[in-house]
Amino acid sequence: MPSNTASSSSAPAGSADSSASRTKSKRPKYSKFTQQELPACKPILTPGWVILTFLVISVIFIPLGVVSLFASQDVVEIVDRYDNDCVPTPARANKVAYIQGVSDKSCNRTLVVPKKMKQPIYVYYQLENFYQNHRRYVKSRSDSQLRSVKDENQIDACKPEDDVNGRPIVPCGLIAWSLFNDTYTLSKNNQPLTVNKRGIAWKSDREHKFGKNVFPKNFQEGNITGGGRLDANKSLSEQEDLIVWMRTAALPTFRKLYGKIESDLEKGDTIHVTLLNNYNTYSFDGKKKLVLSTTSWLGGKNDFLGIAYLTVGGICFFLALVFTIMYLVKPRRLGDPTYLSWNRVPGGGR
Amino acid sequence: MAGNGTKRPRKRRRRIQLSKLYTLTCTHQACFKQDHSQIGGPGYSRVVFCNEPDSPDADSSNYSDNYVRTTKYTLTTFLPKSLFEQFRRVANFYFLVTGILSFTPLAPYTASSAIVPLLFVIGATMVKEAVEDWRRKKQDIEVNNRRVKVHRGDGNFDSKEWKTLSVGDIVRVEKNEFFPADLVLLSSSYEDAICYVETMNLDGETNLKVKQGLEVTSSLREDINFKGFEAFVKCEDPNANLYSFVGTMELKGAKYPLSPQQLLLRDSKLRNTEFIFGAVIFTGHDTKVIQNSTDPPSKRSMIEKKMDKIIYLMFFMVVLMSFIGSVIFGVTTRDDFKDGVMRRWYLKPDSSSVFFDPKRAHVAAIYHFLTAAMLYSYFIPISLYVSIEIVKVLQSIFINQDIHMYYEEADKPARARTSNLNEELGQVDTILSDKTGTLTCNSMEFIKCSVAGTAYGRGITEVEMAMGRRKGSPLVLQSNEDDVEYSKEPFAEEPTVKGFNFRDERIMNGNWVTEPHADVIQKFFRLLAVCHTVIPEVDEDTEKISYEAESPDEAAFVIAARELGFEFYNRTQTTISVRELDLVTGKRVERLYKVLNVLEFNSTRKRMSVIVEEEDGKLLLLCKGADNVMFERLSKNGREFEEETKDHVNEYADAGLRTLILAYRELDEKEYKVFNERISEAKSSVSADRESRIEEVTEKVEKDLILLGATAVEDKLQNGVPDCIDKLAQAGIKIWVLTGDKMETAINIGFACSLLRQDMKQIIINLETPEIHSLEKTGEKDAIAKASKESVLLQIINGKAQLKYSGGNSNAFALIIDGKSLAYALDDDVKHIFLELAVGCASVICCRSSPKQKALVTRLVKSGNGKTTLAIGDGANDVGMLQEADIGVGISGVEGMQAVMSSDIAIAQFRYLERLLLVHGHWCYRRISTMVCYFFYKNITFGFTLFLYEAYTTFSATPAYNDWFLSLYNVFFSSLPVIALGVFDQDVSARYCLKFPLLYQEGVQNVLFSWRRILGWMFNGFYSALIIFFLCKISLEPQAFNHQGKTPGREILGGTMYTCIVWVVNLQMALAISYFTLIQHIVIWGSIIVWYLFITVYGELPAIISTGAYRVFVEALAPSLSYWVITLFVVASTLMPYFIYSAVQMRFFPMYHGMIQWLRYEGQCNDPEYCDMVRQRSIRPTTVGFTARLEAKKRSVRRSESA
Repeated sequence: MPSNTASSSSAPAGSADSSASRTKSKRPKYSKFTQQELPACKPILTPGWVILTFLVISVIFIPLGVVSLFASQDVVEIVDRYDNDCVPTPARANKVAYIQGVSDKSCNRTLVVPKKMKQPIYVYYQLENFYQNHRRYVKSRSDSQLRSVKDENQIDACKPEDDVNGRPIVPCGLIAWSLFNDTYTLSKNNQPLTVNKRGIAWKSDREHKFGKNVFPKNFQEGNITGGGRLDANKSLSEQEDLIVWMRTAALPTFRKLYGKIESDLEKGDTIHVTLLNNYNTYSFDGKKKLVLSTTSWLGGKNDFLGIAYLTVGGICFFLALVFTIMYLVKPRRLGDPTYLSWNRVPGGGR
Repeated sequence: MAGNGTKRPRKRRRRIQLSKLYTLTCTHQACFKQDHSQIGGPGYSRVVFCNEPDSPDADSSNYSDNYVRTTKYTLTTFLPKSLFEQFRRVANFYFLVTGILSFTPLAPYTASSAIVPLLFVIGATMVKEAVEDWRRKKQDIEVNNRRVKVHRGDGNFDSKEWKTLSVGDIVRVEKNEFFPADLVLLSSSYEDAICYVETMNLDGETNLKVKQGLEVTSSLREDINFKGFEAFVKCEDPNANLYSFVGTMELKGAKYPLSPQQLLLRDSKLRNTEFIFGAVIFTGHDTKVIQNSTDPPSKRSMIEKKMDKIIYLMFFMVVLMSFIGSVIFGVTTRDDFKDGVMRRWYLKPDSSSVFFDPKRAHVAAIYHFLTAAMLYSYFIPISLYVSIEIVKVLQSIFINQDIHMYYEEADKPARARTSNLNEELGQVDTILSDKTGTLTCNSMEFIKCSVAGTAYGRGITEVEMAMGRRKGSPLVLQSNEDDVEYSKEPFAEEPTVKGFNFRDERIMNGNWVTEPHADVIQKFFRLLAVCHTVIPEVDEDTEKISYEAESPDEAAFVIAARELGFEFYNRTQTTISVRELDLVTGKRVERLYKVLNVLEFNSTRKRMSVIVEEEDGKLLLLCKGADNVMFERLSKNGREFEEETKDHVNEYADAGLRTLILAYRELDEKEYKVFNERISEAKSSVSADRESRIEEVTEKVEKDLILLGATAVEDKLQNGVPDCIDKLAQAGIKIWVLTGDKMETAINIGFACSLLRQDMKQIIINLETPEIHSLEKTGEKDAIAKASKESVLLQIINGKAQLKYSGGNSNAFALIIDGKSLAYALDDDVKHIFLELAVGCASVICCRSSPKQKALVTRLVKSGNGKTTLAIGDGANDVGMLQEADIGVGISGVEGMQAVMSSDIAIAQFRYLERLLLVHGHWCYRRISTMVCYFFYKNITFGFTLFLYEAYTTFSATPAYNDWFLSLYNVFFSSLPVIALGVFDQDVSARYCLKFPLLYQEGVQNVLFSWRRILGWMFNGFYSALIIFFLCKISLEPQAFNHQGKTPGREILGGTMYTCIVWVVNLQMALAISYFTLIQHIVIWGSIIVWYLFITVYGELPAIISTGAYRVFVEALAPSLSYWVITLFVVASTLMPYFIYSAVQMRFFPMYHGMIQWLRYEGQCNDPEYCDMVRQRSIRPTTVGFTARLEAKKRSVRRSESA
């Protein structure tokens, strides 16, 4: 057999072959796998399958939609936008100046409970047009510093909120620095309504991401104060407001848990909210809303999912009908040749 | 030397040496030519001290050693070189750039998550390269460690490895061994230092070449002679020219010229010679064969070329999206800090790095562009190349393993030698086929002969049977009506002797002596036994004689002569011994013929002659040759049987047989003497016209011949060729036959394999017109060329006119053109008209075409048509064609390995082409095209959600997903199903592929990889992304998403969207494929499960690694019902439009494979009418093949009935 011939660089065909042939046959072994004859199901979209699929989907989706919609309807939600109203009328010409000023920021709101709300009732603040998902913002934190004291100097990612006169800020970075600091004091029928602020953050955050013995240091001591301050005597893992805030929102409109009301509210109850309107959303035209909401198994109030389920379920049911009619009325012509591409292009097949 | 030359004729009288017999190919007296004066000058500076390895002058260290490396890489160059290869691919380079950039602050994700997948992909490809190279390395080691005997001093020869040889060594090579390096032949076992060399590995020619050493060294025939032997060679530098060599040898102070005649090339083989001694001149990479080796042309399939375009399109999209993003980002960033007022104060725009600096927003935007380009890199599938390579290798394994393409007799399975053309097999538009050895077996059988005007031989050829079928008559058994009674006798036994299928009791078993022209018959077979260059080999145990011949025809003749009682059993340097029946005594006698001269066959002479001296001293010139050259050389009194013989020859040619005319003449002593002087003078002439002078001399002696008769040899069709051609024709593939044979034979083979049929109009283009002939006699070359070209052009234009005139007429046309005309038809200004004509014809046969012309025709079809061409051939003459065509298929038959070595796929028989194309080709095409479409679909689905999310982050390039989700998407969660699709998917099973050949047109028309379809899939990707993103966003925003009132953060939106994407792309795959084996189930459902496993395990890693994804699944997603509800809803809604589309398409506008699926599903496959309906779906009638022939017949019957 040829040795390395002129074309031997291309393949090791020659010599190996001949030696093999002397010893054993090169007949390929028969197996269903190598002959590509593995047992297989070869589904095609027959009328039966198509109609069945549509029916099954509609049968699942419509009830699911109904259930979801009911769940959403069960949720009682009170939304109160206060960013505009809480600025005194004279200051409204320049809201930014007002919010950055030192005047009294307290503001009273009255909410009426439209329906009975069972506890727990969640209190949220909702911000709009606030880009917590901005890349610069998202990255401006130090996870290691949050978790353990010995890493408190890991502040590289936190610029420009990394240190004050060479001393590291704990927690550093823009997220912590811009901590939301409006506060709500609720009362029902002049009785104070306790808002429980514990257990509003994810457990994993509390236990693994924010250290039990990490305490705020040098926080908000730079030349510009961003948002809220932190109690320097409470460890980070207990500062649940911060933990909630630090879990950045996905979209520019977001709610964050403020607390829980652990008592029922009856229909017609009036709730007075005394809030301190500290947080500046005015410079970027953001809205602030206070939200009181119960939850269902599906979460908060959102009719969309239920309606969408119903719509898609309905469409599928409709399609099942349409396909049934189409299959009945218009029997298939076994392959109209005019649809074959090589017939469409005259001379194309030549 | 000149002095020796004058002595030679006297010497020959006494002992004629074989080397002196050969007239044309063989040596003439070596002499100094002009070239020799250049020795020592530039380009001719090589100096070799033979047999003095230790000589201080022998500075042999300058020359490379004899180690030959064919590997692409060495240990040291592997890394840089293979990396370079990898990053030459534009996509890989892009990923390298993004990988490097990911180490800068520009990166939207961590560097490691960008680099790891790249390393994985590059690593996988490099491992593949390394494995392939390792195989080559093993082969190298085998070759380099072969052993050869080398002079060790004092006349002792030791066995040494090839790689240790150095320039100047004296080696002894034994019979049937390869030469280890380029050697100068010193001496051989023959007295005159000649040796026979087989150069099959170099040029694919199977015939043996004769080489001869210098006279001065020819006496060194013993090992001991080399004690103290010293020679000094000066020669040209290493070069690639196989047929040139210039050098001088200095021996004992005298200088002798060296020519290619003394050079033995590495990789050729010593044959028919016991041993030779040679001096090593060129070693290792200096040898001519290595210098000559070029990398085979790298071929890329059409799909891959188109894929590049898609990648550029994707690049464009990435750039476009990045640009849009950068502009918006720039604007919003600028607005963040205007006139000392900070808008988004929480971003601290007043003290930010340059990447977000509002004061330098334009710079920030430019940087952002880079960041965005990195983020959107998920549009370009990083694993596409590596996946395709994996898939193709696996596909090739399936091709190699196909038991239906295994040829039992030769023990040869199919072998896909390059895997990157698999899908191209599904798109072949034109097949260019060689004839001999491809359509035919290249086993020649002596089947008929015509002696003294009587036709003998009753065998029926395959072609005759086909013709019989064609004419619709029972077998046409006998052409010789005189002996009808014989034809009724059944043939007793099948031919047992290979190459001999001759049956005729009249002349077999010695019966010929009673025939009327017994003397002519005797001369006829004696000529067959003597006039050849065959070398007999006697098996020492059985005394059986086998023959070593230059061509199978020659062997067939000698065998025929032996079977009829003229046994050629020995050849010495000067004689041929034949056992034959004496006509007078009726006994077997041994006769010795002294061979005086051999005038070999070549393609211009088309004849060969020998001059022999019989025992009684009579000088005979025996000649055999092609009819057109032989009839004109007959003497007046030698034309006794001319008419009958001509008739018979025509009959034979009609039956597709190869014919040769046999004739002889007697020479008288004087005439021979004159001839011999002339020929030796011509042979020793040094002038440039030596060749033509030899021609002239031989021309003069090969005349006035006396006709003996004609032979007919059958070139057998391979098994199943007509059926295969019929299937391929039904599939709409055009088949062109390119052959070196003459027109009549080619046409007959055309008929035999149904490429031609009776009602076809044959457009024959040739130059056999009287005008051209008369011009040729004048010998004015320019005038001939001009007239020929005009004639060819005119014929082509006429042909086109006929074609046009017939219009839509079902009458098919066949174009038959010969090599001479082809040369003009391939001229630049004519070739396009020629191509138009050829494309309009159903069959095209090019006969008498040279290898170069074959390649040119292939190139013409390939480039002129833009369609995929497949060339199939088996011989070295097909190499050009195989390399030129889009796909070269080599027949791994008996002829040399050259065609196989330069082919892309090797099969053992032509008939396997049917399965290779219709089944594997179709599948591979379908798989790869679907796979590529799907790849882009899944990456767009993924990448576009990133972009949509960006729109909600003011294009600040925040990735929607965790870094590792991003980078592992292509590697883990979506790669295996697509590979399984590429390897296993079948639209219809092999049986249906073969039953409905028209299905193949899907590939030829490229319907599965048209821009429409590609863009359709891309569109599918875009809207899937839109649906997924917006449904998730609206469902999750902004309210609580579980009953604990927790609101979704980035990681929850990301996790939900990602889950939906994994589900959608995998279920989309399940919808798109039509073949579910266990493997499909495992990979599709497995990918989804892997995603859940991954997110769980990854979430359990310490938060410092998993960052945002820390426990996100366990804690947040899984316990929340809305996550599952949203997933179900989003996945179902995303797939719904595609489902509706394919349900409608499948039912109401099925593609061809869809129709077949319906047929199978509804079980109508056995209903012939239904099948026929589906089969005849084309407006273009099939024009060749026997099905077409049947159709044509039906038509004509109908026509005659209506008339």
